[in-house]
Amino acid sequence: MAGSLLQVELVSADRLVWSGEAKMVIARTTEGDMGVLPGHAPVLSVIIEGVVDIQTPQGETWVAAVDAGFLSVSNDRVSILSERAEMSHEIDLEKARKDLERLRAAGENDDEANEAVRRAEARVRAVERAS
Amino acid sequence: MAVSLREYRARIKSTESMKKITRAMELIAASRIIKAQGRAKAAAPYARELTRAVSAVATFSNVDHPLTTEPADSRRALVLVVTSDRGLAGAYSSNVLKEAERLIEKLKGEGKEVDLYTTGRKGQAYFKFRERAVVQSWIGFSDQPTYDVAAEIGGTLIDAFLADDETGVDEVHVVYTRFKSMMVQEPTAIRLLPLEVVEGTEAPEQGELLPLYEFEPSASEVLDALLPKYVQSRIFFALLQAAASELAARQKAMKSATDNADELIKKYKRIANQARQAGITQEISEIVGGVNALADSNAGNE
Repeated sequence: MAGSLLQVELVSADRLVWSGEAKMVIARTTEGDMGVLPGHAPVLSVIIEGVVDIQTPQGETWVAAVDAGFLSVSNDRVSILSERAEMSHEIDLEKARKDLERLRAAGENDDEANEAVRRAEARVRAVERAS
Repeated sequence: MAVSLREYRARIKSTESMKKITRAMELIAASRIIKAQGRAKAAAPYARELTRAVSAVATFSNVDHPLTTEPADSRRALVLVVTSDRGLAGAYSSNVLKEAERLIEKLKGEGKEVDLYTTGRKGQAYFKFRERAVVQSWIGFSDQPTYDVAAEIGGTLIDAFLADDETGVDEVHVVYTRFKSMMVQEPTAIRLLPLEVVEGTEAPEQGELLPLYEFEPSASEVLDALLPKYVQSRIFFALLQAAASELAARQKAMKSATDNADELIKKYKRIANQARQAGITQEISEIVGGVNALADSNAGNE
């Protein structure tokens, strides 16, 4: 499948965050990071709060922070669905860092708090990776 | 006559200022409706992809999930009524409430108990005034709902549906207003739960086969995560439609209010002018009459 590209759509609940062609997409599923190249077998998997890497044919890398959601691949069409998703350049790093610190300092240890921490971490990591 | 002339002028003035208000509200609704439609359009890709994924799972695994199982005998139903926060939108809220009443009657006729949930102040006030118990209501977002709100409502409804004890419900209905066009909005009742997994809202084209997906970690876990999101997305869709309908209804109501104010102003102006002319005519005839009387009395003296 040399020469073919992935058609990527990164969709959040209220808007289409990013769409375009890509050479590779990396996302974090419940089983670990998963990379998708053109010609990938159809798959539907659950993703968790984390960073999504999209590498375009021009050699650019787009990074996005996403919430829990889904990744579906079929016929070189990749759709990433997440209730909330932000591209790295839309995130205010200072604010994201502060949020993360505050959440860690709160020190709550239930599922919800952990989820919030993971989400904040993902946002910070997304910006750091992009820069 | 002079008093009523002044009265009419005051009425014209107050009607004019009312017209200014309704006109402003019409314009605001018109500009917001474009935004609301934009939001509804922006949310469409998510709903589309989600529906695709759900029908993919449904096609390739035996769907057996609490959210899709039809209860053996359904005794308790939940109705979510989507209304507006503010009035001045014509018959918008009363239409959707009428539809809700119809559904509630029907459910009661089938021997089911009905739990009410509402969004929007109008629905809350309607049921409170009639002293009917509302389990929970959400307010404050009717003209621009966010996904977070839809997620919260969805979570509550799913919890109520999955609860096993006496408070658990066996089916969930949503009554909202479907936005068909700027002129037509239709109150609609849908059954949300148990889910009937349809093969996408847009049927797949003939000959287009859904690919054989692999599921990670497993089909049932994907389904577990997918279905609640599907429910929330349906609720979000209903809220967005309701918001667009509310604004369209408000725009229409305010447009006819502005037109009516125009009519009234025209009518009052005619009456006021008549009164003014009548006043002038009377003054002239009084003067003429006075002059004649003077002339007559002078002639009598000579």
